[in-house]
Amino acid sequence: MPSEPWEGPVAEAIQERFGEGVEKAVVLGGQKLLVVGLGAAADILASLRDDHGFDYLVDVTAVHWPEKELPFEIVWILYSFGSNERVRVKAAFAEGVRVPSASGLYSSANWLEREVYDMFGIEFENHPGLRRILMPDEWEGFPLRKDYGIVQQDTDWVRENLNIESAQ
Amino acid sequence: MAETTLAPPPAEDATLLDSNELVLNMGPQHPSTHGVLRVILKLDGETVLGTDCVIGYLHRGVEKIAENRTFLQFAPYVDRMDYVAAVSNGLGYCMAVEKLLDAEIPPRAQAVRVILTELNRVASHLLWLGTHALDIGAITPVFLCFRERELALNIFEKYCGARLTTHAFRIGGLQYETYDTFEKDCLAFCDEIQERVKEYHALLTGNRIWVRRTKGVGILNAADCKDYGVTGPVLRAAGVEWDLRKAQPYCGYENYDFDVPTAENGDTFDRYIVRMIEMEQSCRIIRQAVESMPSGPIKGKVAKVIKPPPGEAYVSIEAPKGELGYYIVSDGSLQPYRLRVRPPSFVNLGALDKMCRGALVADVVAIIGTIDIVLGEVDR
Repeated sequence: MPSEPWEGPVAEAIQERFGEGVEKAVVLGGQKLLVVGLGAAADILASLRDDHGFDYLVDVTAVHWPEKELPFEIVWILYSFGSNERVRVKAAFAEGVRVPSASGLYSSANWLEREVYDMFGIEFENHPGLRRILMPDEWEGFPLRKDYGIVQQDTDWVRENLNIESAQ
Repeated sequence: MAETTLAPPPAEDATLLDSNELVLNMGPQHPSTHGVLRVILKLDGETVLGTDCVIGYLHRGVEKIAENRTFLQFAPYVDRMDYVAAVSNGLGYCMAVEKLLDAEIPPRAQAVRVILTELNRVASHLLWLGTHALDIGAITPVFLCFRERELALNIFEKYCGARLTTHAFRIGGLQYETYDTFEKDCLAFCDEIQERVKEYHALLTGNRIWVRRTKGVGILNAADCKDYGVTGPVLRAAGVEWDLRKAQPYCGYENYDFDVPTAENGDTFDRYIVRMIEMEQSCRIIRQAVESMPSGPIKGKVAKVIKPPPGEAYVSIEAPKGELGYYIVSDGSLQPYRLRVRPPSFVNLGALDKMCRGALVADVVAIIGTIDIVLGEVDR
């Protein structure tokens, strides 16, 4: 996929202000992408919202790379109504690291982060009510992790609540 | 399906009579929740103090399934998310994979895609209008809306054999050439809808009960819409003239002349008006697409085996409910490494609590209806 450096006032301002915190600012296949360190992520999101007009948090999601040194990647997709611009912010981190919640900046992050927690077991710091959203509360395991098999299930939960041996 | 945290723990010496608050459970089996949505309402008399949604009853793990299917095999699954707008789902998915492949789509395929997607938008809005009016107590519109929706479904059936989960598009273009009377049917559909919309207006717009039940109900202003990530007609009814078909045109929408309707108050009535105008505008687009239909191939140059190079892309379209996005990460294999669906219904439903606070319990039904959710998409 063709990738070129992202040059523009937003990228320059963010790189200048956060220096080491920004690992990469590229345009990947025509889409703007900021790869940042997790430590600076919260401040970068706040700066994108307050200084650069990215007032709409489109999506929060994660990717699991079990073989990498930092196996989790969190992705924020932002959009600015003012400049009609979209940017993706990504940060990688290790198992068990808590990610700063964006729910203080954008209310839409509340449910989206709950889904990320539900599917990946990633915990968010300062989230107003981090609990499962799609899976049952007592379910064991995080389905979208790569080590969770496609036919895997919480058999105890299924037996107890559905009265059947297997949901498959 | 998380449990509620709304009810505070009772004080040790509290009795039932010390509080006016009542926690009421609505759904998941409730006619006006449009599927299996459970809403826990905290009430003070008739006034809603807060809500909590319990969702996930329809969760099928679509994103997990995607990682275990090839790009081609997964395409029909997306129809089962927002099943009343399956064509839009398919369009978004195909466009996302085409973006990864860097594939070029022939103009004829794009025009047919636009026509079918707009037909589906009208069908989706008709279903919404019928059921929303039914929720509020107007019984007649649902029969009329289903009658007209049938015409759109007939075109889908003639085109690809399916009426609801159509799987109308293929990665790279279309599977089927249009049938003989396709253009004629589409134009007849537009004529019919543009006439019928007047009939719906006559039934509802000036109706005093309808106005009293919708005006000033469930207000969500522009700032809150942006904060909650709410898109689609809900955002436009709050006065933000934003439609992805205009803001970031795709699939040749830049070639068609159409308006993006907006309203001022962001209440249930305004959202109704916005969707009504959208139906007419969709017909306008269909007419232009039919009249300027290019000839040529319907499938671009795409390998038989879909194997995108390693990379990632986020592609979104204006679905009937709002911004529908697909974020796909490819590791160069036959299957998506990660496929994330950004569902408009799920994100829009997140604002339900904000819209319901301070409303009357009877209005909750109107507010759920006006967001226009499909639980298949909320839960995926």
